[in-house]
Amino acid sequence: MTILNLVFIVFLGILFFIAYFHISNYILDTYGNKTLKRYNFENSIRVIVFITPAFIVLFIFILYPVFETVRLSFYDKFGREFVGLYNYKWAINDPEFRRSILNNLVWLLVVPTLSTFFGLVIANLADRIWWGSIAKSIIFMPMAISFVGAGVIWKFIYEYRGPENTQIGLLNAIIVSLGYEPQAWLTIPMWNNFFLMAIMIWIQTGLALVIFSAALRSIPKEMLEAARIDGASELKIFFSIIIPYLEQTILVIWTLITIIVLRIFDIIFAMTNGEWQTGVLANLMYDWMFRGGGDSGRGSVLAIVIMIGVIPILAWNLYKHRQEQKI
Amino acid sequence: MKKFSISSLLSQLLLLLFVIIWIIPTFGLFISSLRDKDLLAISGWWTSLTTTEVNEIYRMSGMESQIEEDGYFKIKGKLFEDNSGKKIESFGITSKKINEFNIGDVAIFKDESEVLLDEDGNYEWRSRTEFKKKKGKRLFTTSLSPPAFTFENYREVLFKEGIGRAFVNTMAVALPSTLIPLIICSFFAYSLTWMKFYGRDTLLAIIIASLVVPLQMSLIPILTIYNDFGALFGVAAKSYPGVWMAHTGFGLASTTFLLRNFLKSLPNEMMEAAKVDGASHYDIFLRIIIPLSIPAFASIFILQFLWCWNDLLVGLVFLDQVPSEIILTAKLKELLGSRGENWEILTTGAFVSMTVPLFIFFALQRYFIRGLVAGSVKG
Repeated sequence: MTILNLVFIVFLGILFFIAYFHISNYILDTYGNKTLKRYNFENSIRVIVFITPAFIVLFIFILYPVFETVRLSFYDKFGREFVGLYNYKWAINDPEFRRSILNNLVWLLVVPTLSTFFGLVIANLADRIWWGSIAKSIIFMPMAISFVGAGVIWKFIYEYRGPENTQIGLLNAIIVSLGYEPQAWLTIPMWNNFFLMAIMIWIQTGLALVIFSAALRSIPKEMLEAARIDGASELKIFFSIIIPYLEQTILVIWTLITIIVLRIFDIIFAMTNGEWQTGVLANLMYDWMFRGGGDSGRGSVLAIVIMIGVIPILAWNLYKHRQEQKI
Repeated sequence: MKKFSISSLLSQLLLLLFVIIWIIPTFGLFISSLRDKDLLAISGWWTSLTTTEVNEIYRMSGMESQIEEDGYFKIKGKLFEDNSGKKIESFGITSKKINEFNIGDVAIFKDESEVLLDEDGNYEWRSRTEFKKKKGKRLFTTSLSPPAFTFENYREVLFKEGIGRAFVNTMAVALPSTLIPLIICSFFAYSLTWMKFYGRDTLLAIIIASLVVPLQMSLIPILTIYNDFGALFGVAAKSYPGVWMAHTGFGLASTTFLLRNFLKSLPNEMMEAAKVDGASHYDIFLRIIIPLSIPAFASIFILQFLWCWNDLLVGLVFLDQVPSEIILTAKLKELLGSRGENWEILTTGAFVSMTVPLFIFFALQRYFIRGLVAGSVKG
């Protein structure tokens, strides 16, 4: 496809949706009032015009797939024959699956916690320093770039050359200058997971940082002033006032990053492709979608395991939504 | 007050440490993308920031270029043709003593020919007898090289490695994938906020639930639908419109949610007044809602655009990995596998892929942050 064609279909695609809304509403505005005497009836048509495209997309891309994935998890690799719990039994006995679950759990434990912690500390530091907003900008920047881009950046840092060569990776150059042997960081089982997690923390700290910065401004200045006058140290203020005050925000950020980490795929796919025992569920699932012509049963089981991870968060969100509706 | 200033100093140092750790990875990538590819492969990027000492080996010209002058046979030439500002400090004529001579010294070979060298690499090699060999002798130089940067890597990567085309493809994926959900979700959010209809609350609850559904749940069923659709109508299963709709689907819940939160904050009286004046819902939408929502649109546009631009999985699953369809992130991943040792291509390619996000980041940071703070949650 030439670039000219591409530009053409891009315009056509966007125009299609604008045209749908404009033409249907235009018809309704021009002829609706004359033909459809009863106001309510016209209103119903309008509602249908407004929500249909979004509802169709929601149905095809979210609602139907959720049920279909659950169904497929009980079927064979082609999705044709019912096999009961076979795929689930396979998962439980598969060493790769166990390894992925374990890795995912470590990711879920380490990344949200450290990102939230760093975000909170940095937001608090930056708040009191005149060049704080520049610092925040810099730490926030990795949020804008892709996981794959970040992967390249960090792969360059972890780059390994044999001990006889000059190290061009920053980490090994530092290690060598301290008198140690250079290491191929990404191939050391178990530890390599932490080198991959460092990338995610590097990215997500920015997210925690900006949300905390906004929240910090809501703490009453008088409260902090009063504590300072009473002689409380900054550390004491941080632990006794700021952390309790931001409890809700901490929880929100922690869940936010948990959801992102649960479906982490790009970083591992780009850096190690799950080798050297770094695989997580999303990578294993991608693998099974295409391995040996694809196995929709096993792939679906893996998707469901990821889904189970978000169900508590989903339930909590719905509960909060209900509470808000009541008020 | 003294205690306070010490703690303030400590805070500043701690923050500075964080900033340095956070900026160095990206900075190193940027510097590396501007370096000469041969130097990049043999030395760390941090060495390029200061004047460095480099040892090199050059070979002088052979007998063809000799001339007779002042009773000598002479071969004149230049060791290197670059204007990087490299200055030779010392040189040698054997590999054992590469620093034997300083600039201005006359070095004498075993065959009694002698050589003079200046710091820019011009040499004069002379002998009383005629030169007989086709190849000239080797010179070992030690020179100081100031920081030197080049855009050569960018030229190479954009036009030869297919990154340029991948850039265009990514734009063709990201723009519609951002605008389409924005269009359909703004109507959706409007009706969820300002229109009364049966099942509205249920629909809203579904949106809230969909916010956190991981997109992995949708991959296999959607891929099956696309394959069936392609086979049924005899079209390609993987196509640009397919990716747009997939991104629209995965971004629908968060876009609707954010827009609805914004619309809810608009005063109800305004809509009522417009309705009394005989305005239809579409009139209200065009003339009141859209102008008021520009800042919200900007935030959501940026979030969704960055999401689509930076996505790998959707582009990998729903597009063919061919030059006319491959997106930047997939291309980078491919290069990581096939050109893993060619850091000039990887660093430059990565930086090209980051240009648009970084531009948005620096130009529109305010809207980006506002969108994130407004509660971006995404499956």
